[in-house]
Amino acid sequence: MKTSLIALAALFVALAGSAAQADPPFDPKDPKMAPYISGDKRSGYTFAEPETRAMQDDEFLNPASLWVEKGEALWTKPDGKANRSCSSCHGKAEDNMKGVGSVYPKYDIHAGTVINLEQRINMCREKHMAATPWKYESEPLLAMTTFVKMQSRGMPVQVQIDGPAVSYFENGRRFYYERRGMNDLACKHCHEDNWGNHVRTELLSQGMTNGFPTYRLKWQKLGSLHRRLAGCNEEIRAEPYPLGSREYVDLELYLAWRAQGLQVETPSVRK
Amino acid sequence: MGTSLPRAVLALALTVAVVGAADAAQRKKPADPSIWEPTRRAPLTEVKGDPVRGRVIVIKKGSCLTCHVMPIPEEADHGDIGPPLATVGSRYTPAELRMRVVDPKVLNPDTIMPSFYKSTLNRVAKGLEGTTFLEAQEVEDVVAYLSTLK
Repeated sequence: MKTSLIALAALFVALAGSAAQADPPFDPKDPKMAPYISGDKRSGYTFAEPETRAMQDDEFLNPASLWVEKGEALWTKPDGKANRSCSSCHGKAEDNMKGVGSVYPKYDIHAGTVINLEQRINMCREKHMAATPWKYESEPLLAMTTFVKMQSRGMPVQVQIDGPAVSYFENGRRFYYERRGMNDLACKHCHEDNWGNHVRTELLSQGMTNGFPTYRLKWQKLGSLHRRLAGCNEEIRAEPYPLGSREYVDLELYLAWRAQGLQVETPSVRK
Repeated sequence: MGTSLPRAVLALALTVAVVGAADAAQRKKPADPSIWEPTRRAPLTEVKGDPVRGRVIVIKKGSCLTCHVMPIPEEADHGDIGPPLATVGSRYTPAELRMRVVDPKVLNPDTIMPSFYKSTLNRVAKGLEGTTFLEAQEVEDVVAYLSTLK
């Protein structure tokens, strides 16, 4: 009787202990996965459920298409005192924005600092269109960032980390390895040391940024990398930084370097 | 003259020792010496830990199942970041368990495990500054529960 009780208890433990749900299928040798791998680096796509991957793959199913369309419309819409649109200077985005999104964040001579794509877009608005900059995480800025970055889809992430970018890059690296919050975690504890392991049901990814801006099912909308970073910080009960802050731009540069070689997937879909 | 040779030997030995120590420090961070202080291992409160309350804290406030598989079958999806804890009470004494719950970084500076009773953390969210993950009595309750896992 006692033995069978112990056996029953052991069975319970075994059941609770086994990973309750299977991980999404991933075979590194599957040719379909090749665009989402670079050396040891794996895009978040390879950690996503098959249904989520299918949503991303299909232009008509991908809910981020709404923002892409908005961005496309804004591209040719004159704005500001100069009454110019993006296309007034840049012509067709399909031709002239190719390879732009994949190299940001980037040191900008005029800004005198490293800026990300959102900030580059706003700089253009202020300087060349005499228009007010869009608020971070506002619909038009998300739409334009997504539309511009999408023109680099399939191109490898390729940021510059030497020369004038060095100190910003080092700042971002420091952030990545610095513990913070009540949970006392650095980015690296989850995304470098423990990817592939589970936080309850959550499969930890490598935290690659090549798909941003991303449509997140949890958000039910498209969002920026900085929104995701702030969410990460909140989850570990750390005080987040403002979106567009120096800290997050520098971290974005470090993260882009980590994702160096992976293809731009914007707009990706994640859970 | 007679003393010069031993002095030189001593100086050389000292140099070797100092260089050796510096080298060792570079290779591996020394453990926080306070881990050997008996106070750190002593109970944090006068009240004996309650394992029944400890089990509840492990599930809820402590979020231990986020990372550890534990003999708590009514909760699904235990994480697999840390080691399973089914027999942790037979591997460690209460003092050793307490040390690991209070601040596991004294044993492994690189561990992902939070420090559950440490109020000097970096950039804690507004409103939580200066507080600890668990309260002292909660740590004692958790230690009491973990000690029953044999």
